[in-house]
Amino acid sequence: MTEEKKVVRKKINAAADVGKFMQDYYLELDEASRKGKPKIAWCTSVGPAEILRAMDFLVYFPETHSAMLGATKMATDLIPEANALGYSPDICSYLTADIGAFLKGITPLKKAFNIQSIPKPDVLVFNTNQCRDVQDWFAWYGEKFDAPVIGVNTYRGVGEVTEKHIGSIARQMEALIEPLEKVSGQKFELDKLKKAVKLSRDCSDIWKKILDTAAARPSPITFFDGTTLMGPAVVGRGTQKALDVFQILLAELEERIANGEGALEDEKYRIYWDGMPVWGRLSAHSKLFSALNANVLASTYCNSWIFSALDPDDPFNSMARAYTELFIVRSDEAKEKYIKDMLNFFNVDGVIYHDAKTCPNNSNCRYGMPQRLEKETGIPSLTINGDLNDLRLLSDEQTKTNVEAFVEQLEESR
Amino acid sequence: MTSKEIFVGADVGSSRTKVAVLDAGKNLLGYAVKKSGTDFAATANECLAISLKMAKSEPIDIANAIATGYGRKNVEFATDTKTEIGCHASGCYLYFPKAITIIDIGGQDNKIIKLDERGRRTSFKMNRKCAAGTGAFLEEMSARLDIPLEEMDGLAAKSENMVKLGSFCTVFSATEVLENIRHGKKIEDIVKGVFFSVTRRVMEMDSMTENVVMTGGVVAHNPFMVKMTEEMIGRKILVPEHPQLTGAIGAALYAINAGQ
Repeated sequence: MTEEKKVVRKKINAAADVGKFMQDYYLELDEASRKGKPKIAWCTSVGPAEILRAMDFLVYFPETHSAMLGATKMATDLIPEANALGYSPDICSYLTADIGAFLKGITPLKKAFNIQSIPKPDVLVFNTNQCRDVQDWFAWYGEKFDAPVIGVNTYRGVGEVTEKHIGSIARQMEALIEPLEKVSGQKFELDKLKKAVKLSRDCSDIWKKILDTAAARPSPITFFDGTTLMGPAVVGRGTQKALDVFQILLAELEERIANGEGALEDEKYRIYWDGMPVWGRLSAHSKLFSALNANVLASTYCNSWIFSALDPDDPFNSMARAYTELFIVRSDEAKEKYIKDMLNFFNVDGVIYHDAKTCPNNSNCRYGMPQRLEKETGIPSLTINGDLNDLRLLSDEQTKTNVEAFVEQLEESR
Repeated sequence: MTSKEIFVGADVGSSRTKVAVLDAGKNLLGYAVKKSGTDFAATANECLAISLKMAKSEPIDIANAIATGYGRKNVEFATDTKTEIGCHASGCYLYFPKAITIIDIGGQDNKIIKLDERGRRTSFKMNRKCAAGTGAFLEEMSARLDIPLEEMDGLAAKSENMVKLGSFCTVFSATEVLENIRHGKKIEDIVKGVFFSVTRRVMEMDSMTENVVMTGGVVAHNPFMVKMTEEMIGRKILVPEHPQLTGAIGAALYAINAGQ
């Protein structure tokens, strides 16, 4: 009988530092939630967190919580709770899993950090730049907690980002100040926003450096590492602590490069991942690819927390630009150029598109993009069907056969 | 290499297990097909014994063996595994050495594999999670209609007025079938509709190139499916001599190549 190959994936030591960062982050939120101060703002993962930091809110990002529900495999059993309330099984499984968890009174934070419940919001601030679901998600909690829900409504399918786009989004961001002042009980200070934008930009820059290390051959990092190490870029941007922990991570990766040490023992194929991770299968997918000597080393997803347009000297306009320039907001033409640049930069042999059933906004394979890009670049691609959180929507065996066959195809084409 | 050396390919599918025995010259010496059942290893061993007998060979003659298919990791006598996509590609190219599009309709999944003129895979697609367009769909419908699976092909061929089924979903299609029975539609017309549904689902998966090859158990037992697909694409379809065995033959070819 043929034996499964033993997989060697090298552990990143800084993961412990990132874990500690996340623990401190959630404990601080929990304490604030119990004491009622400082005030807590909920924010979407690519929402205007810098404004909230500048007004001294602690910022909680429910998507990160829902990703934890997925990674701990709790999500699938919770989704039906929200379905029963009228939230369709076809909509965002971050939303349905998170609401389901709240309804059942459970959270992965308990096992991870001994925290009993998610922090209570004083205000919820969304940006629909990623999807409309976040607005609906926050509206549900706003009603539950009797807290105001405010936000930014974005453009969609943006080709070139113009002054018109930026002006409109910047004005919407400025309009958040007044209601936030009411909730926080303190006046907005432009200098504090500039400082938060500066820290956020620095965080973005160092996160980019971390992800760019994957251009080395062999790559010192995998996409699967990235998804578990990205926490500070999401929940910590605008804080010094995030910068500090990322410095440790970057130093370790740079050392690996200097020593010619890859994340995989034998990196033969370099793969790019487009779309959401399958949170409940991170480990399984990581093992699946590494056993085939294929390193999924770069992704659109992890790069979504790079905001190079942020400029402390022009905070509102630069935030508007940064949060509109994002991949997910853009037209297919702009997305294709982006992916093409990534494939070149990371020297990729093949592309995986994850068609996530409940996340149409971040499934980029539904309108012929893989075929167009394959034709243009000659780099083969594979689409796998799955979901970010709902494990009922994937077939592990099909994924395995597809991935193995894809790597066979790469091997044969050499 | 002695003249007696043989190469074995075992394709353990979700529905049937197929074993093929080839000599070094890629000639098919023996084969067997059996229901996979629940003990994949035992079924593969049974198929091997039958195939060896047919090939007038002994286990000691086996120079190499490769397993493929859903249960590929369960084959005790295999030295390595390959995916069924690679094996179907390799098996078909042996019979049709040119640029081809392969349509494989299996018990649980469908594949469309494109090869260039040198036999290299340029792309492949498998059906999504659901059973629509697979052998499992036909099995479900034969149960609903209470018609033995092996009689479906003859019935479909007799139909003069096909009943079209509209749904993607196997369960919804079964409801449609029942509704048509209730409305007094002829069984053969419904069966033809079932066949058309399978063909349609498969054709939706990818575009076809000039030369199209059909393989798999469904094709082996339902030649009408090939005829229907030919009508749909407007040209002749190539079918290997043993369409159900192409995966196993492809695995045996990998076994030959591994030693070279």
